[in-house]
Amino acid sequence: MTKYRVNKTKHVDQTKTISFDFDGKSYHGFEGDTLASALLANGVHLVGRSFKYHRPRGIMSSGSEEPNAICQVNEDTDLTEPNVRATEIELYEGLKASSQNCWPSVKFDIGGINNFISPFIPAGFYYKTFMWPKSFWKKIYEPLIRWSAGLGKSPTKPDPELYDHKHVHCDVLIIGGGISGIIASKISAKNNLKTILIEDKNILGGSTIFQKNENYKINNKYSSEWLNEEIAELKKLDNLTIKTRTSLAAYHSYNYLLAKENISDHLPLEKRNGDIRQRLWKIRADKVIVATGAIERPLVFNNNDRPGIMLSNSVKKYLDFYGVSCGFNNVIFTNNDSAYETAVSFKEKGISVEIIDIRKKSNSKIVKNAEKLGVKIYWNSTIVNTLGHRKINSIEIMNLSEDGSNVVGDKKRIKCDCLAISGGWTPMVHMHTQSGGKLDFREIDQTFIPNEIDENHINVGSCNGDFELEDIIKNTNNKVKNFLKVSESEFDNTSVLNSKELDKRNIWLLPNFISEGKCKSFIDFQNDSTAKDIKLALREGFKSIEHVKRYTTTGMATDQGKLSNMHALGIIADTAGVKMGTLGTTTFRPPFTPLTFGSIVGRSVGKFFDTIRRTSIHEWHSQNNAKFENVGQWKRPWYYPINDEGLHDAVQRESKAARDSAGILDASTLGKIDIQGTDASEFLNRVYTNAWSKLGIGKCRYGLMLNEDGMVYDDGVTTRLGENHYLMTTTTGGAANVLSKLEDYLQTEWPELDVYLTSVTDHYSTASICGPNSKKILKKIFPDKDFSDDAFPHMSYQNGKIDEINCRIMRISFTGELSYEINIESKYGKSLWEKCIEAGKEFKITPYGTETMHLLRAEKGFIIVGQDTDGTMTPIDLQMDWIVSKKKYDFIGKRSLYRSDTIREDRKQLVGLLTDDPNEVLEEGAQIVSDINKKPIEMIGHVTSSYFSPNLNKSIALAVVKSGKKMNGQKLIVPMENKNINVIVSDSVFLDKENKRINA
Amino acid sequence: MFLINCPYCGERDQSEFSCGGEAHIIRPKQPTELSDDQWAEYLFMRKNIKGVQFERWNHAHGCRKWFNMVRDTKNDKIHAVYKMGEKPPVE
Ligand SMILES: [Zn+2]
Repeated sequence: MTKYRVNKTKHVDQTKTISFDFDGKSYHGFEGDTLASALLANGVHLVGRSFKYHRPRGIMSSGSEEPNAICQVNEDTDLTEPNVRATEIELYEGLKASSQNCWPSVKFDIGGINNFISPFIPAGFYYKTFMWPKSFWKKIYEPLIRWSAGLGKSPTKPDPELYDHKHVHCDVLIIGGGISGIIASKISAKNNLKTILIEDKNILGGSTIFQKNENYKINNKYSSEWLNEEIAELKKLDNLTIKTRTSLAAYHSYNYLLAKENISDHLPLEKRNGDIRQRLWKIRADKVIVATGAIERPLVFNNNDRPGIMLSNSVKKYLDFYGVSCGFNNVIFTNNDSAYETAVSFKEKGISVEIIDIRKKSNSKIVKNAEKLGVKIYWNSTIVNTLGHRKINSIEIMNLSEDGSNVVGDKKRIKCDCLAISGGWTPMVHMHTQSGGKLDFREIDQTFIPNEIDENHINVGSCNGDFELEDIIKNTNNKVKNFLKVSESEFDNTSVLNSKELDKRNIWLLPNFISEGKCKSFIDFQNDSTAKDIKLALREGFKSIEHVKRYTTTGMATDQGKLSNMHALGIIADTAGVKMGTLGTTTFRPPFTPLTFGSIVGRSVGKFFDTIRRTSIHEWHSQNNAKFENVGQWKRPWYYPINDEGLHDAVQRESKAARDSAGILDASTLGKIDIQGTDASEFLNRVYTNAWSKLGIGKCRYGLMLNEDGMVYDDGVTTRLGENHYLMTTTTGGAANVLSKLEDYLQTEWPELDVYLTSVTDHYSTASICGPNSKKILKKIFPDKDFSDDAFPHMSYQNGKIDEINCRIMRISFTGELSYEINIESKYGKSLWEKCIEAGKEFKITPYGTETMHLLRAEKGFIIVGQDTDGTMTPIDLQMDWIVSKKKYDFIGKRSLYRSDTIREDRKQLVGLLTDDPNEVLEEGAQIVSDINKKPIEMIGHVTSSYFSPNLNKSIALAVVKSGKKMNGQKLIVPMENKNINVIVSDSVFLDKENKRINA
Repeated sequence: MFLINCPYCGERDQSEFSCGGEAHIIRPKQPTELSDDQWAEYLFMRKNIKGVQFERWNHAHGCRKWFNMVRDTKNDKIHAVYKMGEKPPVE
């Protein structure tokens, strides 16, 4: 046993030794320790350097509020985890952790130089200093900040651990397993309510579980003893689920809460077996009882940040729960009674302790108890300085003036190796405010307490501002009974004895004889902001707490100001001479403590990251060497390289083959919507820009769909299958949105129309065969069919049969070639495809992918919605006036086509571009200018599609250019990084302007 | 995360729904007869109230039905849900 392990407790098993590494040195602790308690047992206080001044910092607390002991866990750079609080790491065999935020070592830190130049690092330093010159940012400021700030290192490889999500519903959720949470759980579960209790520590009981003090008794037993019995009974209840190591992350509206359960982080490495590491619980609770307790406040005085300065109740927890004495010459500095419990605990174990109390007196039982045990108390005194470099070794105290605004008399020096501070208690109202609850300010002890109006959520215990044991038990019992509509409970007659605090005194910033500017009185330990910074911000004109917070970075660190917010508010109020309650508080946002990315994403990683959609022909594509591209969730063949062909060569070959003989494309991913009903024609009239009433049965028509603002939204070919029956196709990416837009209009604007929409995208597979030989191939597949232009003209459809299986044949073309699309039920898709390939063999039918499809349609000047349009293009901008009906009274977007903005002549309009050098292929997205010499250079447009056309043997591009319609033949410039490319504006149809090939 | 009472399916998690903005804006029957300003009023202008607001919602990952909701944007309390075509409840 190390010399600081002075006490045997039932929470730490001192027969089970655990070895671990910290900063490269090996230590021993015991089962039940946290990394923090094990380090303290080894006399290690110094665990890190502060963020801005790189001052030595030690463990300060024992819980999630810890600002200093932030560690990097796991040395393996692939998997290392930053920003873990040593106070929350349960010790396990093989744990390797290190200090964060210091280089080269925690004892010798180069950034510590900041401490000596700190007079030059005031509030807003980063904003003021690093503003200019701008060129310094990239090479000097940013690397400097990153190097010296360094809040830990990120792992370099994907997280190999498994994470999980679980959705649960319950009648009552209780957050916090301290004494009030346990009382609430018992009342709830015993009244047949499905109850869940979550607690972030590994055991229940909060701070009562280590309370063994004569002054705090319940039913005549030590409060810890009484609580232990309650917990034992609680665990027997059937309809109660207890989740320890589970911390609440977020409390959303309608009682929807997220909680993170740690499943394996405390296990020795070899016992983790690749099981789930953390589980995120998504809980929808009928009622929520918040019992999250309170956090002890520090005190703000000169040099209040040295290692060895800790929160008083945490010092008590290390002693009574972990059996570790944080020092042997202890001094307690307090403004309230609760710190006397720590003193009594020390004294009862024969460990030296003295008390500095800013109050003039206190006559409570616990204070009397401490005095009786011989604890020396310095009343009406304050600390004006602390000494010791890597750990505190002494303090200097002075008396306070009558009103507490100054110090008087002589300085007295007291030796100490641990200073336990207590500035009172702050209710943890985070959950209450996250849920949308408001706060009230309570003057007597300067606390914000929940203002409850939500009938489905209450706060009990010290998070509700009840700090005395008797109040906690009685009020929790009464409130929970009311809340759950229970008439009586077993706690109705509980007798409680406790020492009550009678005298209070609060000074947010303790006075000093040294001038304020020379004091280092820390408020936010993690972000290194001091009382001086707050005052400076106020002098510079910041008034709102939200602004002061951002300017000084107070409360902006990973602990979200759990220890600092109240002091910042208090000092602002004092300095500005306003009431603290009028300032309001800053907003606490989820998560309460940082979450791992793993727990947020759960199982949605790797192949589960998103849905992958494959066509029925996918397997054939894979076997034939297709490279795929993602189009929405679809995997579409991109190109089919032969041997070691690259993209360019493959696409050139595929494109040529499609125009010279025959090509085949898997078009199954195009959205397909089955439209039926007596008003189907009228409906299409309203949603497309062109007219549909006169389309004959068995005919196909291309349609353009606009948004109500007149901008092109989607396009595709729709086929009239029968009198009241159409099949609409949409773009691959737009399918779901088009359907929901159409549904919207049908349900909300035109409910009188008799129209039914069904998505059939997945029901049919489509093989699209194009090229001069396509007719011959179709003839082989459907030998009985007449494919003459008279019998089966362009833009028409017929039913067909392959081996008795029905299919639909559409003669439509997206390439400008003679072209047919065969639709068949998806289960036959692959055999249809193989039949087409077989039939096309003698014509060297060539499968082509999306890239070739894009090239072929660009040669023909066909747009792709989403590539050549971007939500700001009208059909008129696209030079597609021909498709906008002048006769129709109305269609979606019609009125917007002649708004003052849409009729502007200098809008960007779609044009073709040809490069002077036919081998020069423009880059898609490249900017277009007309005058390169006029500065600033005006960008008049950009390239939307660009390819080298093997069929025209030159480079072609589509672009949108301001007033482009009038520019045909004009020379423009596409400036690139190292050259300017000369181009000429052309028609956007590059090939077969006469449409001869379609009937070839 | 709201719990929304779809008028067709009952209470479901918010993640199944999508919001379609302000309710009770009727598409003009004769858009071509409107001035630019009148059309812009329909097309662009939305109230975005801090307080009680009438909204369109769609049970996108459920029955796919559109319906209306009365929601207080200050505290996200849903006061009522009702089907398309039904009159809004009087506050
Ligand atoms: Zn529904």
